[in-house]
Amino acid sequence: MAIDVRVPTILRSYTGGAKNVEGSGNTLAALLDDLDSRHSGIRERLVTESGDLHRFVNIYVNDEDVRFTGALDTTLADGDSVTILPAVAGGSPPRLTPPR
Amino acid sequence: MARYDSLLDSVGGTPVVGLPRLSPSADVRMWAKLEDRNPTGSVKDRAAYYMIAAAEKEGRLRPGCTVLEPTSGNTGISLAMIARLRGYRLVCVMPENTSIERRQLLQMYGAEIIDSPAAGGSNQAVALAKQLAAEHPDWVMLYQYGNPANALAHYETTGPELLADLPTITHFVAGLGTTGTLMGTGRFLRERVPGIQIVAAEPRYGELVYGLRNVDEGFIPELYDDSVLTRRFSVGARDALLRTRALIEEEGIFAGISTGAILHAALGVAAEAVTSGVQADIALIVCDGGWKYLSTGAYAGTIAEAERALEGQLWA
Repeated sequence: MAIDVRVPTILRSYTGGAKNVEGSGNTLAALLDDLDSRHSGIRERLVTESGDLHRFVNIYVNDEDVRFTGALDTTLADGDSVTILPAVAGGSPPRLTPPR
Repeated sequence: MARYDSLLDSVGGTPVVGLPRLSPSADVRMWAKLEDRNPTGSVKDRAAYYMIAAAEKEGRLRPGCTVLEPTSGNTGISLAMIARLRGYRLVCVMPENTSIERRQLLQMYGAEIIDSPAAGGSNQAVALAKQLAAEHPDWVMLYQYGNPANALAHYETTGPELLADLPTITHFVAGLGTTGTLMGTGRFLRERVPGIQIVAAEPRYGELVYGLRNVDEGFIPELYDDSVLTRRFSVGARDALLRTRALIEEEGIFAGISTGAILHAALGVAAEAVTSGVQADIALIVCDGGWKYLSTGAYAGTIAEAERALEGQLWA
């Protein structure tokens, strides 16, 4: 079972700079555990000690926000695409030049 | 046809039109509320008018006052028009990489623009505006991200208009920026339409905008209350562009790119309604026309070319 995970710039220090990594798991929680086994530390950047998603982190499964589909209990299937993004202001323009 | 005492009196009251060619079946129908038919051409006229009126009523705004606002475009243009008519000076804090049309419109209305760094996007514009507000205690920052009058405008106007024109509404789909449209309209409809689904379409930009140094630099508008929403979708530039073009090709509606993102989410829920065999009347917001985005390259060439042109530009 392969699930494509898109990693934001801010978390790529955990993935050796990779933008996309593969993972597996029947739920989002299982997927994050699987990712953390190979990219140690990434899970605690996404999930708080009390087991909730970090306030400023949004995770989407096939472009849908998981906070409305069961959060960490959201079920996953082979071929699903998971996108992790930090919350930013609406209407934010992309940067013209990368930050130094 | 209708007659109004002044341009400001004509805010709202926009038409709802069916989208017969994009609707998937006779049982699952889509409807567009044309917010580009507002005085300055966007849905933001509603929030701007309400925020100004509220500040006047509270005595915070008097003629000659300076209004300050972080804005990426449409809200600034709405405020600039109202400020001109009411005798206020307007200072907009805008990320420096915004389209030329928006800057020219603001300047024509007499607004002053303070650039915030492109690096950091609207987060930086908000931060700079808050700093300027602290330095100039006599300036009035309306602050659309946290001003209850923004959501109230939609609770009192957009919501009732939609329900009057489409009493069979089952889904409401709109863009998520300040969150005012979804919070206000969503709350109104939830109170009156059992089972209604409130669906958010959030623009997903090029990845550079998400390059915060730290997750704790993230920003959630103070107005946002996720209990109002049923679902929330993230829509990338490619899908938004495809749908923006489909709206022109199939229905003749020339809309801005954020409307394409909203249509994408709406078509998704429409397809699900067909699959589950339920009847649906899906209302979506056309936020503005495409005019202000022509210089971005979004409407020329292939989708791939337009997508490349949008990388590094503001599209919602």
